[in-house]
Amino acid sequence: MKIAVCIKRVADSETRVKIAADGKALDEAGVKFVLNPYDEFAVEEALRRKEQAGSGEVVVVALGPAAAQETIRAALAMGVDRGVLLQVDRIPADGLVVAQALAAELKDGGYDLILCGKMAIDDYNHQVGPMVAELLGLPCVTSIAHLELQGNTGVAEREVEGGIEVCEFPLPAVLTTDKGLNEPRYPALKGIMAAKKKPLDIKPTALAVGGLEVLAMTPPPDRKDGRIVGEGVAAIPELLRLLREEAKVL
Amino acid sequence: MTAVLAVLEQRDGALRKVSHEVVTGARRLADAGSGTVEALVLGGGTVSGADQLGRFGADRVTTATHAALGRYTPEGYTRVVVERVRARQYDAVVFPASATGRDLAPRVAARLGVPLAADVTDLGIEGGAIWATRPVYAGKALLKVKLLARPALLSLRPNVFTPVERPRAAAAETAKVDVPERGGRVVVREIKAAAAGALDVAEAPIVVSGGRGLKEPANFRLLEELARAFGGKAAVGASRAVVDAGWRPHADQVGQTGKTVSPTLYVAVGISGAIQHLAGMRTSKVIVAINRDKDAPIFKVADYGIVGDLFEIVPRLTEEIRKLHA
Ligand SMILES: Cc1cc2nc3c(=O)[nH]c(=O)nc-3n(C[C@H](O)[C@H](O)[C@H](O)COP(=O)(O)OP(=O)(O)OC[C@H]3O[C@@H](n4cnc5c(N)ncnc54)[C@H](O)[C@@H]3O)c2cc1C
Ligand SMILES: Nc1ncnc2c1ncn2[C@@H]1O[C@H](COP(=O)(O)O)[C@@H](O)[C@H]1O
Repeated sequence: MKIAVCIKRVADSETRVKIAADGKALDEAGVKFVLNPYDEFAVEEALRRKEQAGSGEVVVVALGPAAAQETIRAALAMGVDRGVLLQVDRIPADGLVVAQALAAELKDGGYDLILCGKMAIDDYNHQVGPMVAELLGLPCVTSIAHLELQGNTGVAEREVEGGIEVCEFPLPAVLTTDKGLNEPRYPALKGIMAAKKKPLDIKPTALAVGGLEVLAMTPPPDRKDGRIVGEGVAAIPELLRLLREEAKVL
Repeated sequence: MTAVLAVLEQRDGALRKVSHEVVTGARRLADAGSGTVEALVLGGGTVSGADQLGRFGADRVTTATHAALGRYTPEGYTRVVVERVRARQYDAVVFPASATGRDLAPRVAARLGVPLAADVTDLGIEGGAIWATRPVYAGKALLKVKLLARPALLSLRPNVFTPVERPRAAAAETAKVDVPERGGRVVVREIKAAAAGALDVAEAPIVVSGGRGLKEPANFRLLEELARAFGGKAAVGASRAVVDAGWRPHADQVGQTGKTVSPTLYVAVGISGAIQHLAGMRTSKVIVAINRDKDAPIFKVADYGIVGDLFEIVPRLTEEIRKLHA
């Protein structure tokens, strides 16, 4: 099994968002960066599949700034064999530009599986995985929470509104991973030590211009100050009155 | 003249509710450029509800049919939408950011080589350019982007574009289309349906969510009764703490690693309001919180809060709501 996993360096979910001076991006000062949590499911799944097959290779590819080397090392510490950094100054807002760079890197890799997270928790784009699949002409199932592989056929389950879709697909394929697929392992100390010596290939990358221009990043509109209506059951009539007359939702 | 294509969604031969939202969003964009809305429905045959889309502002409705399009097939649907877009000059193509739309829209974007603004909550035209606003960093910031390529692709977050009736006479047509056998290499073998009639939290107009404050799984019965009192408009959601504990299915989880919901009314019961939970529900129109800890962070985002014991409050609230609906 030869498996590639696309991983992204993202701001941790606890980040207090401060907007940069240009009004168009996150102010990164003091922000903690982590491996995108959905990509952890992808890395874990890749490692398990390789372990089951008894042989193969798991490669991670990240497009990002020099600091994304740390993100790659985190995946190497989990057990990934080697990493590739497509180094850019800044990750573009246009997911297609990211997908094009990743697809170019993955194109001739001979991978049986290419895994991505279902979305990055910073941009909520939900798009790079299926875009990579299209650009490579590969079959793709997104947001999977269950996977069975037998020979060159796979069956994956994905959640849709009100149900679960059971999808059949041939390999090679691109899959994007959702929570529930597995429990990602924590790197052991041995893994962390080993990660330092594993190959990490840094490739300076020129990106296409893309067709999305960021106009502004703004804080979300303030919710008007919350109000405690009262305590206990005694507050119910007033709550209902407010929902009916003020909020007009009943 | 802004020509907008609205790509709609059906299941089992009936249009899904989110389709009205997509037509409504498409209409807004078309109106900003005094243009037209064409709706595209893909199905195994005629789709019920497609003839009603004029009510929400569609100028023309096309149902593209093929035996393999009854269920969503990623490759078959992509091909039909791309062919349609290539055959005409659209300024924008609008999808729902549903499970299906999130799968389909990026493929269409990649095939056409144009960007996609995903999970859009606001849109418009300024100086001839289409712009869209979308939440990033779990709703802690909004990103406003300009789409420079044509067509501009957008997917709309469910429950944000409240359907507005804008009646007009829509021309309807049905066109047989060609797709690969079985629709492509990826085949949806079956859809394991959730309990009949159960609303999905991502799409319900009212969501009643419970957290660890409910103490044990059986107590979710209280929330199910409250949801029922709203007369079929409410779904029961959950915090991650109770999903991880196995009390509720993952499909019900609201938050960063669960679903993003924007209902008209969100009722948080026994939920503390951790940042990752807020990520999934802070764009709800009205938030009500019931929690016995007056300092719980959920009260900071709640429009209305009641401090107290949920086991006393919820049954009474259910009774009162039932009376309202009786
Ligand atoms: C990477 C990551 C992703 C995450 N994703 C999610 C996510 O998607 N969704 C999510 O919800 N969480 C998520 N979390 C977890 C989140 O941080 C919280 O741990 C979780 O939301 C807490 O759930 P809770 O509010 O049910 O429980 P608690 O925080 O334990 O809160 C229980 C609340 O119930 C109240 N209570 C207790 N008894 C009563 C009573 N009798 N009457 C009234 N009130 C009562 C208490 O005052 C308390 O406020 C994530 C965490 C991480 C690190
Ligand atoms: N800059 C990147 N480098 C590598 N992989 C990425 C990058 N951006 C997105 N991905 C992959 O695509 C998935 C979906 O991201 P997104 O479409 O941005 O929500 C992520 O979970 C990653 O697997």
